[in-house]
Amino acid sequence: MNRRLATGAARRKGYRGMEYETVIGLEVHVELKTESKVFCHSTTGFGGDPNSHVCPVCLGLPGVLPVVNRQVVEWAILLGLAINCRIASFSKFDRKNYYYPDMPKNYQISQYDLPICLGGHLDIEADGVKKRIGITRLHMEEDTGKLVHQGTITTTPYSLVDYNRAGIPLLEIVSEPDMSSPLEARAYAEKLRQIIVYTGVSDGKMEEGSLRCDANVSVRPRGSTRLGTKAEIKNMNSFRALQRALTYEVERQIGVLEEGGRVVQETRTWDEGKGVTLSLRSKEQAHDYRYFPDPDLVPLVIDPAWVEEIRACLPELPEARSARYVEKLGLSAYDAGVLTAEKSLADYFEACLALYPEAKAVANWVMGDLARLLNAAGQSVDQGRVTPERLVGLLQLIDRGEISGKMAKDVLEAMFATGADAVRVVREKGLSQISDEGAILEVIRRVLTENANVVADFRAGKDRALGFLVGQVMKKTRGQANPDAVNRLLRETLQEQG
Amino acid sequence: MISEKDVDYVALLGRLKLTDEERKLYTGQLNNILEHFDRLKELDTAEVPPTAHVLPLKNVFRADRTGPDLAPEQVLAGAPDRDGRYFKVPRIV
Amino acid sequence: MVNLLYQKSITELHDLLVRREVSAVEITRSVLERVERVEGTVKAYVTVTAEQALATAEEVDAKLAAGGDMGPLTGIPMAFKDNMCTKGVRTTCSSRILENFVPPYDAAVVEKLAGAPMIGKTNLDEFAMGSSTENSAFFTTSNPWNPDLVPGGSSGGSAAAVASGEAVYALGSDTGGSIRQPASFCGVVGLKPTYGLVSRYGLVAFASSLDQIGPLTRTVTDCAMVLQAIAGPDERDSTCAPGPVPDFNAALTGEVRGLRIGVPREYLAQGVDPRVAGAVGAAIDLLAAMGAEVEETSLPHTSYALPVYYLIAPAEASSNLARYDGVRYGYRAARPEDVVDMFMQTRSEGFGAEVKRRIMLGTYALSAGYYDAYYLKALKVRTLIKRDFDRAFTRYDVLLTPTSPTLPFKKGEKTMDPVAMYLSDICTLAAPLAGIPALSLTCGFVDGLPVGLQLMGPPFGERTILRAAHAYEQKAGHWRRQAEGV
Repeated sequence: MNRRLATGAARRKGYRGMEYETVIGLEVHVELKTESKVFCHSTTGFGGDPNSHVCPVCLGLPGVLPVVNRQVVEWAILLGLAINCRIASFSKFDRKNYYYPDMPKNYQISQYDLPICLGGHLDIEADGVKKRIGITRLHMEEDTGKLVHQGTITTTPYSLVDYNRAGIPLLEIVSEPDMSSPLEARAYAEKLRQIIVYTGVSDGKMEEGSLRCDANVSVRPRGSTRLGTKAEIKNMNSFRALQRALTYEVERQIGVLEEGGRVVQETRTWDEGKGVTLSLRSKEQAHDYRYFPDPDLVPLVIDPAWVEEIRACLPELPEARSARYVEKLGLSAYDAGVLTAEKSLADYFEACLALYPEAKAVANWVMGDLARLLNAAGQSVDQGRVTPERLVGLLQLIDRGEISGKMAKDVLEAMFATGADAVRVVREKGLSQISDEGAILEVIRRVLTENANVVADFRAGKDRALGFLVGQVMKKTRGQANPDAVNRLLRETLQEQG
Repeated sequence: MISEKDVDYVALLGRLKLTDEERKLYTGQLNNILEHFDRLKELDTAEVPPTAHVLPLKNVFRADRTGPDLAPEQVLAGAPDRDGRYFKVPRIV
Repeated sequence: MVNLLYQKSITELHDLLVRREVSAVEITRSVLERVERVEGTVKAYVTVTAEQALATAEEVDAKLAAGGDMGPLTGIPMAFKDNMCTKGVRTTCSSRILENFVPPYDAAVVEKLAGAPMIGKTNLDEFAMGSSTENSAFFTTSNPWNPDLVPGGSSGGSAAAVASGEAVYALGSDTGGSIRQPASFCGVVGLKPTYGLVSRYGLVAFASSLDQIGPLTRTVTDCAMVLQAIAGPDERDSTCAPGPVPDFNAALTGEVRGLRIGVPREYLAQGVDPRVAGAVGAAIDLLAAMGAEVEETSLPHTSYALPVYYLIAPAEASSNLARYDGVRYGYRAARPEDVVDMFMQTRSEGFGAEVKRRIMLGTYALSAGYYDAYYLKALKVRTLIKRDFDRAFTRYDVLLTPTSPTLPFKKGEKTMDPVAMYLSDICTLAAPLAGIPALSLTCGFVDGLPVGLQLMGPPFGERTILRAAHAYEQKAGHWRRQAEGV
């Protein structure tokens, strides 16, 4: 990590000696992985031919009406609880009115003044500093369709519209403007994603668009209490892009101020290739969304019993899980943090533990060799071929002395590549450790005969000679002899002969 | 009073292109209509809750189940312009 | 005089079908022949679906011949207002913007009436915005009692079709009086049910919190039968009331003794044609003579219904009509420069003057800075209007008023003055704002033109108003008079 990026612009000095501070708030959109869309029974499946996942309702045909998918409401409450929000007892849907060709009705069903969740927070850590980031609200809304341009939006002679995504349920999570550096913003976004994936309501894949971050960024002279004019940054498709875009934007805004200019309130898009944010100008600058209660949908009245029912379904969240690993399993805080970073990894770890209750040993293998292989292959643990059963099978072979720890690393590699279990890899590669004492003794006798001078050295008191003899035995058995047995039998034989 | 400028703004929000004549006509008519509506200001409604729905319905949900989608030809049958399975529109900006 | 088939009521035709004295095809032919004879004058239909109607009638006859079951509406030819989606049959809302729109699905009410031969789709004021059908983008429907007059609106095509024998019954939609006012003008029975009694799925939305579908029929009994067929819960409409549907027909006892009827004085105040007031007064006397307890009462916020309605309905409409943009279906302007230009040209060319006026009004009422003063204020006064009714219905079973302050007016008479046109709905606006049921039926004739009486009941009080209407209708007998202008 570049040190200047890490500290962000919070302590950055302008050319004129002015110190600036950065104010960032994030709006995160999460696509829920329900079976059907939020207001109709069309499928939410990713992919598919253009305009193949649509019905009269999500296509906005004349006369259709929306009906709320219960799962969406329950997941909104679930995620709200996970990010420490208060669940509203009364909530409603509103129409957000604006024209865009990817919107079938030219209004979006969303929530305006009475969102389902309010006032939460997340604790983050950036650059070793802990900080609490406030969450203003979480609300439900429907996604829009997708526009396909020939080239870019500014150069294309026409655009094509696909409404497959229109009506897929979204949760929008709006933070307070509590982040004071791009790094903090990234830490917040990553933490939020971690929790979203833990709750199981979304894949949280930024690259596929199931998690989308927009940022409101402004800068102001240090000590000023007035917020600077903000720009809204869109189109950041990874956490890295988020941090880069914000870093660029902060620098840009400071540059504008340094030159005596003024920051314009506008929407800007991140151009990943060029590494810059660009202004998105539109004919209509005014955002007058004319929100009003959607007359087609009735209010939500959420009683405490329902909230408690949903709270009972809340899975153990990363912080609690990590604390448990330290307290109950005796892992280090660092190990616990690594293991719980991704829910899939922690789930894997615990699945292994259920079969093989040696936390430290399992943790070492999961975080060490297995993680290395997964990273190299660009896979997540639930995509890999080494299931918990197979990893445990490997550990049991070591325990039984059938292979050495060193051999086990090679075995794991083969398991990872072929998908075979440990026993099969060991058998097929002829790697099985020789534990048959008769066989080892035969080799030992041969080695002693061939190395009479070394035996003499040993007897003369040169301890290192024993190591050489062990090495010779291992070499003759191509490393497959059980080292403990070799040591013991070699000493015994030398004593007998002596 | 609504000015012609207000009428232009409202027309843009509602995506209506007005001729000069229409702008004048609607400005006059909207002012006339809204004048009648100013009577509402006589009523003290500070303590009155708004009625968005007349029926006291709440929590109407559907189960998270999928149903049949429209066949592609039905989706695009009425499209003023299309390109394969896409709807086609002129440039955005 | 022996009525021809097309002149008969649903109950009469049903009896004939059950007794096998006529076939569904014969009835449908009779109605289609009537359409051929008078449609040139009446112009009730945007689309006539003769072949489809006959095909349905043939299916019905085949089913009956095979000993199949038969509902009370099976085989009875009818019409849908052209703002209800019919799979495979264009649904225009009498608008250029949907002139060629063919829905791929049926509205809930269309599904429910599957065994009924559909004669066609009836004309309306564009997107149901109007009181005369003069706002139809295609043509104005004529009043069957006098073709120089308007049939009322917006369900003017449906009312005129029923009055002229071009359909045995029809469905209309009512947002501020669009079933009741044309029923009054055309001398038929029209009912706007309680909000939520009939599914709105497939009804092209005008103002979603007010729109309801209801029957237009020649008799109150027919009205009860059609309501029975179309009422009930629908999981596709969140605002549709759950629970079982009562037996409406069983409510028609012919008896009004002890029925408490309130007559709100505000509805008979200034602006009501004295001839209308006279006919309504005579009806009140008759009901009293029949044993009803009639009393004058007050709904103090009545005069605010007009501004409240004309803020809420256009606001919702401005949003509901945003989808007509030339992207997915419907009209698109030729050679637009870019998307915004396409939206603006398409909508300006595709919508008529009244629709544009209401989009402007509604957009303004919702726009930043005016929301509290107009839209929110209107929702609050809506509460006061509703409370007036809640209070009144603790003392009365039914409220009785004129349906329209005037007799049917001449074509062209009010088209240049929107406010004058809006005032013709003055008696019908409050019921949808309160969500309550309201029915119009003929209570007399002035100069050969029908006068309508409105009966309003508490939410889900359809049985009571149908009972009162039916008892009155049987005693007064106005329903027997056929429209004389065609």
